[in-house]
Amino acid sequence: MLLKVEGLRVSFSVRRGWPFPKTHELKAVDGVSFDVRQGEAFGIVGESGCGKSTVARAILRLVNLKEGRVVFNGIDISRLPVRQLRRLRPKLQMIFQDPAASLSPRMRIGDALAEAVRVHGIASGKAVDRLVRDALNEVGLAPESAERFPHEFSGGQKQRIGIARALVLSPSIIVADEPVSALDVSVQAQILNLMARLKAERNIAFVFISHDLGVVRHFCERTAVMYLGQVIETGQTREIFDAPSHPYTRLLRSVSPVPDPEKPALAEVQEGEPPSPLDPPSGCRFHPRCQFVTDVCRTKTPVLRPFGGGLVACHHAETLPPAEL
Amino acid sequence: MSVLVVDDLRTSLQINGGEYHAVREISFSIEEGETLAVVGESGCGKSMLAMSIMRLLPSVASITAGRILLDSLPIEAVSETGMERVRGAKIGMVFQEPMTALNPVLTVGEQISEPLRDHLGLSRREARKAAIGLMEKVRIPSAASRYSSYPHEFSGGMRQRVVIALAIACHPRLLIADEPTTALDVTVQRQILDLLDVLRTEGKMGMLLITHNLGIVAGHADRVAVMYGGDLVESATVTDLFRNPAHPYSRALLASLPRVDRDLSELASIPGRVPTLVNMPDGCRFMDRCPHAMEKCNSMPPPADVGDANLHMVRCWLYVQGGEHAA
Repeated sequence: MLLKVEGLRVSFSVRRGWPFPKTHELKAVDGVSFDVRQGEAFGIVGESGCGKSTVARAILRLVNLKEGRVVFNGIDISRLPVRQLRRLRPKLQMIFQDPAASLSPRMRIGDALAEAVRVHGIASGKAVDRLVRDALNEVGLAPESAERFPHEFSGGQKQRIGIARALVLSPSIIVADEPVSALDVSVQAQILNLMARLKAERNIAFVFISHDLGVVRHFCERTAVMYLGQVIETGQTREIFDAPSHPYTRLLRSVSPVPDPEKPALAEVQEGEPPSPLDPPSGCRFHPRCQFVTDVCRTKTPVLRPFGGGLVACHHAETLPPAEL
Repeated sequence: MSVLVVDDLRTSLQINGGEYHAVREISFSIEEGETLAVVGESGCGKSMLAMSIMRLLPSVASITAGRILLDSLPIEAVSETGMERVRGAKIGMVFQEPMTALNPVLTVGEQISEPLRDHLGLSRREARKAAIGLMEKVRIPSAASRYSSYPHEFSGGMRQRVVIALAIACHPRLLIADEPTTALDVTVQRQILDLLDVLRTEGKMGMLLITHNLGIVAGHADRVAVMYGGDLVESATVTDLFRNPAHPYSRALLASLPRVDRDLSELASIPGRVPTLVNMPDGCRFMDRCPHAMEKCNSMPPPADVGDANLHMVRCWLYVQGGEHAA
């Protein structure tokens, strides 16, 4: 197993209230576990505020963990001193939704890529240039791009640069947080194809965070669905989307637009929005929006347990009617 | 009866002394109770088109040719002050980012009351009552008590409902929704789109739905217009476009969509990118990225009909009589 996340918890403190603000604990991630194999793409889907980006950041220790372990290649990196963690960083890379925000506007692309190589002592002298050129070539950018500044590139090209900067360190896993959400459809397809090629050719594993179920289905072998800081269903992507078990997964799947006008639209969806993670509902966190709710859902928190081919956190997984899609 | 007729519209931008066409010779119409979706990627001119209809163009842009008829009223003949009576009353608008469309220091109730008093001449008390009615209509829970809340106290989805209440307050003939759900989560997106569908049917409004999401088009539009680089390259009924896309761009766009309901081996991607406005070719603007490009494409093809009589229009030389036919 390349990456193992166990019982991950991340909290933030927020001050709320007037006229006397109090500190509240916001449990952004509340007990999340999953694992990722070499060369596999693992998707995490959910709506805004469900904690999917925080999971990504916690894997790379960009936020502090409250509890839990992140085991990478057999090493628990959640408690590793920063100095030792730095040696592992080249192997764990991240790409972001807005590549422009992660590139210095005053640094040439070649310098930005070379800096990463030098900082980690991967190469020196002429060898650095060669690595940079290879990485740019691999993502489909001309070698001259190295001399140019970020503002000279389009959104899709900037995302290619973001990927090149991760690649130049030859990572074994890339955590990608909404990497194609800001791109137009035709460019999105180019970037997805590029990442699929890297996965196949260089055996790079991906943790792929997205709110777009279509993109996740296309790219990821396995997927976890998150709701208010917890994983509520996980398994093979195809099975989850073709036969979703958890009522929330069903809801997500049924409201995801399908580009086919001849597919009859489902009956009207229930009103309602996810509650605030500051004050999550008792028992099953989805119960106020669930059409199958019973008393046990209001009091007892369901745990992830094997069902079908995957894991589901629902008290009634066995007795629910088959999902209508 | 047509709520909106756009005839040969051209909107140009003045950039560094040169004139560039952001919208080129576009024609379409929207019937009462009908939704026309305009789809295209960023920079295709879809928002410029909406701004032209509302006459809210930035100072560097102007309509240089064509006509726009709103409920048979030629918009270009209306004075600037006259336009203020048209916007909000005859045209309702819903934008992508509800927070920027609302005034942060006024309560949502006051904001919904304002057009009611300005356009319909209601008294303060009547407007308050009508505003609460509108808030109920867009399904804001406990509307009466939410009347005096400020926009920041609402969630994104609720804010968009407020904007919709504002847009439909004066029973407009035309509703322009520019990426109305792009900033929202999918569950909320579906609720908002369903709400717009209901309101459109009830109010017999025509709707111009601007979006980049073909999934939304499939579920919520009657007809589609595909735009590329300021040109309307194809228009058809929704079923027709998804079943038989004709223009090479529409075909490529549909083939590049990842789908949640089935497995695709590889996504077709369109090589290259949209040229910038300054570097647009004179002829067909898709020619540099098109697998079927030929000599003729250096000039813009005239509109051509595809197939049977259900108004499937495409602008591509492949479909012009005497041109080579598509494979």
